[in-house]
Amino acid sequence: MRTNEDLPNPALTAASAIAAAVGEAPNRTVQFISFRVGDQQFAIDIMAVREIKGWTDTTTLPNQPEYLLGVLNLRGTIVPIYDLRCRFGLGLTTATRAHVVIIVSLMDRIIGLLVDAVSDIITIKSSEIRPVPEMDRATATDYLCGLISIGDSMVVLLSLETLFAQSTQMDTSTLAA
Amino acid sequence: MNETAFGATELDRFRATFFEECAELIADMEARLAGVATHVVDAEELNAIFRAVHSIKAGAGAFGLKRLVGFSHGFEALLDCLRSGRLVQDDRISHVLVRGGDVLAALVDEAQGRGELAANFGSDVSEEMLALLDDGSCAAQDAVRPTPAVAQPDTVAAPGLTHYRIRFRPLAELFRHANEPLLLIREMKRIGTLATCCDLSALPGLDALEPEDAYLAWTFDLITDKSLATVTEIFEFVDTDCTLQIEAIADAAASPNAAAASAADAASGKAPPPPASHPDKAKGAAGHGASVHAVPTEPAAGQTAPTQASPGRLPAAGRAGSASASIRVDLARIDRLVNTVGELVITQAMLAQQLTDEGNIAARILRGHEDLAQLTRELQECVMAIRMQPVKSVFQRMPRLVREIAAKLGKEVELVMRGEQTEVDKTVIEELADPLTHMIRNAIDHGIEDPATRAAEGKPAIGRIELSAAHVGSNILIHVADDGAGIQREKLLKKAIERGIVPPNVDFEDSEIDELIFAPGFSTAQVVTDVSGRGVGMDVVRRNVNALGGRILVQSTPGRGTRFTLIIPLTLAVLDGMVVAVGDEKYILPLTSIVESYRPDRHTVCTLAGGGQVAAVRGEYVRLVYLWKVFSVPNAVTEPWNGLVVLVETASGGKIGVVVDELIGQQQVVIKSLQENFDPVAGISGATILGNGRVALIIDIEQLPTLGDRRRRQWLDEAAANREQRETASLPLALTG
Repeated sequence: MRTNEDLPNPALTAASAIAAAVGEAPNRTVQFISFRVGDQQFAIDIMAVREIKGWTDTTTLPNQPEYLLGVLNLRGTIVPIYDLRCRFGLGLTTATRAHVVIIVSLMDRIIGLLVDAVSDIITIKSSEIRPVPEMDRATATDYLCGLISIGDSMVVLLSLETLFAQSTQMDTSTLAA
Repeated sequence: MNETAFGATELDRFRATFFEECAELIADMEARLAGVATHVVDAEELNAIFRAVHSIKAGAGAFGLKRLVGFSHGFEALLDCLRSGRLVQDDRISHVLVRGGDVLAALVDEAQGRGELAANFGSDVSEEMLALLDDGSCAAQDAVRPTPAVAQPDTVAAPGLTHYRIRFRPLAELFRHANEPLLLIREMKRIGTLATCCDLSALPGLDALEPEDAYLAWTFDLITDKSLATVTEIFEFVDTDCTLQIEAIADAAASPNAAAASAADAASGKAPPPPASHPDKAKGAAGHGASVHAVPTEPAAGQTAPTQASPGRLPAAGRAGSASASIRVDLARIDRLVNTVGELVITQAMLAQQLTDEGNIAARILRGHEDLAQLTRELQECVMAIRMQPVKSVFQRMPRLVREIAAKLGKEVELVMRGEQTEVDKTVIEELADPLTHMIRNAIDHGIEDPATRAAEGKPAIGRIELSAAHVGSNILIHVADDGAGIQREKLLKKAIERGIVPPNVDFEDSEIDELIFAPGFSTAQVVTDVSGRGVGMDVVRRNVNALGGRILVQSTPGRGTRFTLIIPLTLAVLDGMVVAVGDEKYILPLTSIVESYRPDRHTVCTLAGGGQVAAVRGEYVRLVYLWKVFSVPNAVTEPWNGLVVLVETASGGKIGVVVDELIGQQQVVIKSLQENFDPVAGISGATILGNGRVALIIDIEQLPTLGDRRRRQWLDEAAANREQRETASLPLALTG
């Protein structure tokens, strides 16, 4: 039934991988997939990524947060798709065929992330990841877990676990209301 | 068997397998014992029961479960007497057999670590069995006293020694069935003096030798004081893997050296001469003590001279039949198969759609495709059929339950079962056990009155519970009906008001009051018995049934009894659905819930105070639930008279009108879990994939009313707070649905 059984250990998702990379082995080589949302570059752990596919229309799930675009059929598995732009509070993406869905496995589940475009695979030493400076309290930035400089641009490392752990809580609170 | 060096985990695994088998054996045994009370069991059934008891005993011996061995030993002896005709079944014996089955099942449960039994549990049945055996003058030499010492069941020695000649020729596959002749030889040596002659004639040259085949044959001369039955028992587990002939030659005077002579016969491949002493003569000859048990089990076998064929204690047909008729398959594998075929069905539907879109060019392909569609559907049906099993496996646990509970409560109850062969998906069967147990328990405890009350009411003293199953469309219908007191509505309502489940001073219809038994957390039993009445009850049953996509209804007539009806889909993997459109979205409504659909006249739809809307349907008012409202779908038809109302029936029997834009069509859909990758969504029970590859959501009819309520309550909050009271007043009824 579960299609993710035969895949790499899902526990090895972004946050843990990054934590391990930053904390324990400063010179380990780590790989990320970077993508663009708006004019910002983000990156997630490459081990979490299952596949990358073009945008197709989703089926809307009723009474869900706006950033949950709905579900789509991934070869027989029902996969929820999240709009990352909307999740960051930047408004809904008007998805076209040019948009890309990154399918990731996260905490035993398979989910899809709608982004504007996939940019690159980043291979760096874990010591090159810079911590995110403390922000003021109004900005919830727990899900930002590191910064990487590529040339003169900056790529933000995302912890999907934190990002979606928060969203799950929000979901349940909306449901309970 | 357990003395070999198996790791603890391996032993655990064997143990688990043993108990798994025990469960099956007991189920089989109980099914057969169920008939014992009403008719005389035939030889085949007796053999099957005997086989079950015997296998349990053998396994229990291997695991050192002395108590189980002790009891099953006596049971087996009684059955053996019946089989051989030394005892004839009468009421007393029937009774003991049934109780014996119960005790055996309880002992197996205990051995498995499920609950403790009193030290003398079952001893009354054991004693009764012994008494019967004595009566039947078959206080046999070898198989009566349930002695705790497993290894030595033969405490009563037969007078004198007997000389047996045993010709034992294993079939090639002996070793592959985990049998070992050495163990048999050791066992024989343990019970007497043994002379062994090995026949090497079948042994091929090294080049042709299959290391896993058995080539050797033996002739044994055994001089022992044990009965022929004991000797035969040694070969019990190999008897399908060999040709075996055991004959009692003469008195012990005969020399073991005779083995050499007979070995010559064997070596030359000739059939040995007929045995000197004919076992079936021994049957009548009481003086021939040691061979009393030698009679082959099949009556027919007694009339022919013993042949080379295995004199297996069980009819070969029975054993071979059950071995070849079914195989054990891991459920996960079947699930995978079902899923894959589900994918195939979807892909095929997708292909069909695309071909249709292509128009003329595809006409020829389309014809071939129709065949494919046909085959796919057939394949799917076959695969689903693999998962189908008769409800018998659940039903047959019930007679014991009824006996136990009735005995505990001092009531007399008769259980009538019908339709045990009705087939339903395996997962459904497993989920049925708890609800049925619960309902039957309730029926005996709350429904059936005690004999005195029944007599006073002019009812027969023996209460009657009917359990029946039948197929209706793609559902299975299960009835649990009793002829007891029925639901006492006054008491029920009083209690519901006491507990704050319903507000006082509201008029309820009888059916609404009956529905209250499904409300969480209450029990109307005046005394909380140890059988039922702890407050978990019918609400759990309803939840379980709903989880299966089913519904449960109750009908009750005071003084006449209560009838529960369970309507459960045959399978959890596919569903007959109606595809409906709402705005740009498509939803699936389970076809089984749909009563009808129609376009209402404008004037039949009225708005109630508070915002709720109802429609008049043939003099009845049904509440309207707008899918576009509860699911916030844009671009939908907002007025029911421009769209359609689909009348659906909820589990509680209530009807609601679901407002949709239009019906697209009827379709069998493969149910996909939404919760695999997402949280449960209110109002949605699952998802499926349509022919165009898109996901469509399956609507949970049971949740629709509460969904409406939730949204309605939000509006109410904003509008008038004092109206809230009445809304919540009717809520518990809806919530249980």
